Amino acid sequence: MTENLKPDTPEQLEEAVAWAVAEKQPLEILGQGSKHGWGRPVQAAATLDMSGLRGITLYEPEELVLSARAGTPLAEIQAALAEKNQELAFEPGDWAPLWGGAAGAGTIGGMLGCNMAGPRRIRQGAARDHFLGFSAATGRGETVKSGGRVVKNVTGYDLSKLLCGSFGTLAAMSEVTIKVLPKAEKSRTVLVLGLDDASATKALSAALGSPHEVSGAAHLPAQVAEASEVSYVRAAGGPVTAVRLEGPAPSVAARCASLRQELAAFGETEELHSRNSALLWRELADLTPFVKQPELALWRMSVAPTEGARLASKILEQRPGLHFYDWGGGLLWFGLSPGGDAGEAVVRGALAGTGGHATLVRAPQEVRQEIPVFQPQPAPLAALSRRVKEAFDPHGVLTPRRMYPEF
Amino acid sequence: MRMPEPDAEVVARKGEIVKALQEIVPGEGVIFDPKELAAYESDGLTAYRQPPLITVLPETVEQVSGVLRYCHEQKIKVVPRGAGTSLSGGALPLADGILLGLGKFNRILEIDYENRCVVAQPGVTNLGITKAVEHRGFYYAPDPSSQIACSIGGNIAENSGGVHCLKYGLTTNNVLGLELVLIDGTVLRVGGKHLEAEGYDLLGLLTGSEGLLAVVTEVTVRILRQPATARALLLGFDSSEAAGDCVAAVIAAGIIPGGMEMMDRPAIHAAEDFVNAGYPRDVEALLIVELDGPEAEVNHLIERCSDIARSKGAVYERLSQSEEERAVFWAGRKAAFPAVGRISPDYYCMDGTIPRHRLPEVLRRMREMSERYGLRVANVFHAGDGNLHPLILYDANRPGELQRAEEFGSEILKLCVEVGGVLTGEHGVGVEKRDLMPSMFSETDLKQQQRVKCAFDPDHLLNPGKVFPQLHRCAELGRMHIHRGQVPFPDIPRF
Repeated sequence: MTENLKPDTPEQLEEAVAWAVAEKQPLEILGQGSKHGWGRPVQAAATLDMSGLRGITLYEPEELVLSARAGTPLAEIQAALAEKNQELAFEPGDWAPLWGGAAGAGTIGGMLGCNMAGPRRIRQGAARDHFLGFSAATGRGETVKSGGRVVKNVTGYDLSKLLCGSFGTLAAMSEVTIKVLPKAEKSRTVLVLGLDDASATKALSAALGSPHEVSGAAHLPAQVAEASEVSYVRAAGGPVTAVRLEGPAPSVAARCASLRQELAAFGETEELHSRNSALLWRELADLTPFVKQPELALWRMSVAPTEGARLASKILEQRPGLHFYDWGGGLLWFGLSPGGDAGEAVVRGALAGTGGHATLVRAPQEVRQEIPVFQPQPAPLAALSRRVKEAFDPHGVLTPRRMYPEF
Repeated sequence: MRMPEPDAEVVARKGEIVKALQEIVPGEGVIFDPKELAAYESDGLTAYRQPPLITVLPETVEQVSGVLRYCHEQKIKVVPRGAGTSLSGGALPLADGILLGLGKFNRILEIDYENRCVVAQPGVTNLGITKAVEHRGFYYAPDPSSQIACSIGGNIAENSGGVHCLKYGLTTNNVLGLELVLIDGTVLRVGGKHLEAEGYDLLGLLTGSEGLLAVVTEVTVRILRQPATARALLLGFDSSEAAGDCVAAVIAAGIIPGGMEMMDRPAIHAAEDFVNAGYPRDVEALLIVELDGPEAEVNHLIERCSDIARSKGAVYERLSQSEEERAVFWAGRKAAFPAVGRISPDYYCMDGTIPRHRLPEVLRRMREMSERYGLRVANVFHAGDGNLHPLILYDANRPGELQRAEEFGSEILKLCVEVGGVLTGEHGVGVEKRDLMPSMFSETDLKQQQRVKCAFDPDHLLNPGKVFPQLHRCAELGRMHIHRGQVPFPDIPRF
């Protein structure tokens, strides 16, 4: 049976890692395990349960900054922000239901460890862009800090960037500091109906190249649109392209009117107001189309926006699937049958030459054991990544091989 | 400032090294004449000067790779240099080192409007990118004051900011991809035209690494559509406290201005004397609040900011009525450094960041220091994000004044750290703040940063003597003392 170590203080966290190093017992770092299914299966002697390191330690709304222990539930942080009419501007999705978990689960540390980012990524960046500083226990059993509590800081290497998206393989964070932002007053979404994927990308590109400050740019092929909770989207009876505008009320109204005019050249337009607009983008951030189809393996591909539609058609020529686009066409979500290699050869084959990358976000454990979950890297880059891992965790005790089979 | 002891053996081999480099970079690209080398002896931090052993100006990635591979094999130090505008001595040469100038990498390789990005060589200036796309209504958002001269490669090295970064982010938030060369000559690519580079975020790590990890040979950056309109409010206050309250209230109201700058009385007077921007002279603090974006939004928010300013006791208010007037508002702020240069033979520009609400206290303590050191100080401040630029006025021709100015500066930066801020907001550590690093980081923190350095450059050949006050050998840093059995099973809750 695996041990479950649950430190309550940064000192205990350091001690737990020091024990793992001395006993050569790898640890799997877990917040609430809400995204446990993402990544390669980890063989560890013990889990390092971070949920005991809990609580907001600093929140200064007027300074746009919040610090919390890494195991603090994300829901607790979002509730505190909502009270001051602020939010995590990069719109992290609630992904636990993707693996059958309860909605609303997850910790701030886990969210940063996975570098979450929702539809607003195109305007506000990802978790990495809002992560200001941390304290963490490295795989040497030492507590180190990096960054600070101010946005503008170039003192020393930006190690926050490395930890963000490292899936617990470099260090176990004890406390983190993030930048927070005011919530937009209003949200509206312009819909363009009936576009195929390639025309949709052009419409999204036109919207993103306009001065209207677009904060969401997605395309839902018919199959995805038909399953939407938003009646206007469902009732469209075909593909729906969506462009979101946010800001003060008079501004949103004016931009919405202009954008509708400009996008009319592409097709029939419609608009969603506050509630429906919020519902649609929540659906996309939370990947609801794939929550509803739990049997599908789920791929996430990031490419130049103009490559998205071509990539999708190449995949669909070889394998049926459920897909939609976010980030102006540059983020492609693909649900494929999980049999065999879960479509890996098809996906990565189609991706070759685009410069982009694909990650298998959801698949049965035996598939994730066998095929590269994260995009395989060219040898020199893989060697460098390994040296970076060793700089933090020379004995490979922290969440080993979650990202790559070699380390 | 103590730099690593020059290696006499390397210096003695200069002739042989020149020949080897000429094989890699033919033509005029290898500079070794002492008179010509003098042009490279300092960067924007002119208090420190040291001609390099040799300057190399490669023109291709293959040449950069060849030079680095040679230096790696021969254990010769390399200092990369962009436009040489660093204010922290990041490109200060070494007597026994090669200065690797990227100035010939000055071409824009691709403009991709559909994917909203530009691919450029690192020697292209920051403003050069905006100039290349502005006819189509686009721009590159980070705008350091040196943007007319500083290179995009240097911006990557320093993670440069500018007056608009509260709303639009720093360099790190606007870079999509890099081509880089490691010290052993390996050429790598991270990122591209897509968002989120794969694997560990090396793109984020390299941005702001001050030329210590790799040499960048190509950069892909995001471009944005220019805001439809911009208007600026000039606001005067009787105290810096009131001005600071106004900044906090604007942000608390959910407004993120495109730019929000503060100047204190000495800076206002120097700027007004220099450019006649129409600033009021009888206020203690001046704010420039600029709103940009769709016209309806700007007009709406400007009114709200104006209401907030009045409620916070603004004693002076003027709204730009035209693009010309807005430019005049900024002219004073942008000329603040040269303006201060007119009222003092020399000035020393600091760059700490503080939590904004500590501003009144920091200004008060700086006034006390100013009296104690007998040196005047003028303050310009990126008020939105807490980045403070105190300008210490001194005269280098008076014995001891430079040293006093430096001591004053160190004390200011330590104060920034004491109140919860950092040593440098956008100018970098370089040589200038190297020895102050222990005031912000523990020995353990600094050793961990150096282990990351070792993953890229195990022999400390790239830009040594910068950022870290003490260089540890990588073998020593990698060592770990594990006493099996002596670490008890952790006494922590388990289930």
